[in-house]
Amino acid sequence: MKEFKMNPETISLLFFVFMLSVALGFELISKVPSMLHTPLMSGSNAISGIALVGAVLAAGADHGDDRIGVALGVGAVALATINVIGGYLVTDRMLEMFKKKDKEQP
Amino acid sequence: MSIVVQLAYIFSALLFIFGLKLLSSPATARKGNMLSSVGMLIAVVVTLLDKDILSYQWIIVGIVIGGVIGALVARLVAMTSMPEMVALFNGFGGLASLLVAWEGYHRAPESVDMFIAVSTVLSVFIGGVTFTGSLIAYGKLSGKVNGKPMLFPGQQIVNFLILLAAIAGAVVFSINPTENMPVFLGLLGVAFVFGVLAVIPIGGADMPVVISLLNSYSGLAACATGFVIQNTILIVTGALVGASGIILTQIMCKAMNRSLGNVLFSGFGSGGGSHKAQGDVTGEIKPVSAEDAFILLEAASSVAIVPGYGLAVAQAQHACRELAEHLENNGAEVQFAIHPVAGRMPGHMNVLLAEANVPYDQLVEMDTINPIMETVDVCLVIGANDVVNPAAKEEESSPIYGMPVIEADRAKTVIVMKRSMAAGFAGIENLLFYKENTRMLFGDAKATLQALVSEFEN
Repeated sequence: MKEFKMNPETISLLFFVFMLSVALGFELISKVPSMLHTPLMSGSNAISGIALVGAVLAAGADHGDDRIGVALGVGAVALATINVIGGYLVTDRMLEMFKKKDKEQP
Repeated sequence: MSIVVQLAYIFSALLFIFGLKLLSSPATARKGNMLSSVGMLIAVVVTLLDKDILSYQWIIVGIVIGGVIGALVARLVAMTSMPEMVALFNGFGGLASLLVAWEGYHRAPESVDMFIAVSTVLSVFIGGVTFTGSLIAYGKLSGKVNGKPMLFPGQQIVNFLILLAAIAGAVVFSINPTENMPVFLGLLGVAFVFGVLAVIPIGGADMPVVISLLNSYSGLAACATGFVIQNTILIVTGALVGASGIILTQIMCKAMNRSLGNVLFSGFGSGGGSHKAQGDVTGEIKPVSAEDAFILLEAASSVAIVPGYGLAVAQAQHACRELAEHLENNGAEVQFAIHPVAGRMPGHMNVLLAEANVPYDQLVEMDTINPIMETVDVCLVIGANDVVNPAAKEEESSPIYGMPVIEADRAKTVIVMKRSMAAGFAGIENLLFYKENTRMLFGDAKATLQALVSEFEN
């Protein structure tokens, strides 16, 4: 069984990480030109599929005969995988179409 | 968690960051997306090595189901349907975060302390709102749900009471999380209902802002789940996505000249919004034929094309690219001037034109074209309306006053291709149509463009 109790040091460290990530996110996204905002949205959507990491831990835990636990875990993995695989593939499909002029002529 | 896993997480976080950084140019964007997906792969693979994972069968089942569905949808979806697809995927991401937090509580309710309980509540609430809100957004964008804002009396009060109930439930649950499954399930239900109620009053045209906001929420839900299971990669990545969604939402609101509060609470376009420019319209409509337009275009040495969603509705992107090629062969310099919110979501028009093989170096942003608009001989407006309306600059009483627009009227000649004289979605009279230098070319965009193309071919 996972030890859930947290001490204040861990919590404040996690918040530190959180705040830095938010600042970095603001900085990165303001540099993306509006031309690429649709791929950016679908791409960052794929990244939010990082919940898959948590889903994998949930689905792989010891559930015994607990069907609800299994259902929650499998559901989470399937949904997060749709988000990840679908998101990255469709972003790639879009970005593949953006071509420069000289390369365009076959 | 072992040090190896932590180091791998740091590495994949770096890949996400560099991936997003490479998205700042179309030349490197594809590589950026690949880097980001490698980061995801590393994060998932090292997690599979975690000692708490006892069996892989359910993981494999979930990954196979999700992988097949995700890959199929990504291959088959039409580029014009991109907004609803992003909305749907987004909802799935939010629901996945919610289920992870739920599973944690379901498996070990006795080990949930107050901090974990608060994180669980946040994850469930944000994830739940993201899920049902995204489903409604998907329905509105794909036409399965009426796109009109749905308003009922006392809506604000109902929303307020629901929020109040959610807060009360959250407090009760956080104080005593153990053996409080009914409160937990109640919170879950409240979150689902609130997601629906929050999105139904928003009109279809404002859905892009909603998707972007929900995208941000799905990141924040993942982040909250990261606090629940004490997983740094979820916290970092969720926060990145959360911040990026909020920035994008702001950019969009600015481009549409609305505040976020106005988008979320006003029910824009719900009627009564037909603003006419009273008495200020001077000049008259000057319709031209395709032959006349051809003569103007043939003589032009620089042409700026301003496409709007009307172009995509008419499926005229390819005809438009053909016309651009003819113009170039005729010696003209051709640019596509694209408003940040042209299309059905920000940047959507660029994707649609790229699909029609328009090279991206011809796609110019509003801020680049406006200062040089005077040097443009012919500005060809195709299926765009509000984003070229000079009322945004000239008429203080106009509801779109202050909205950044492409200043098509400053070109030497403007040709507006339009189906009819109907107003744009905002219901505003377009002063551009009455300008001295404007010619109106009525008809279906695709047919008209093809007529122009065949004029060039002769």
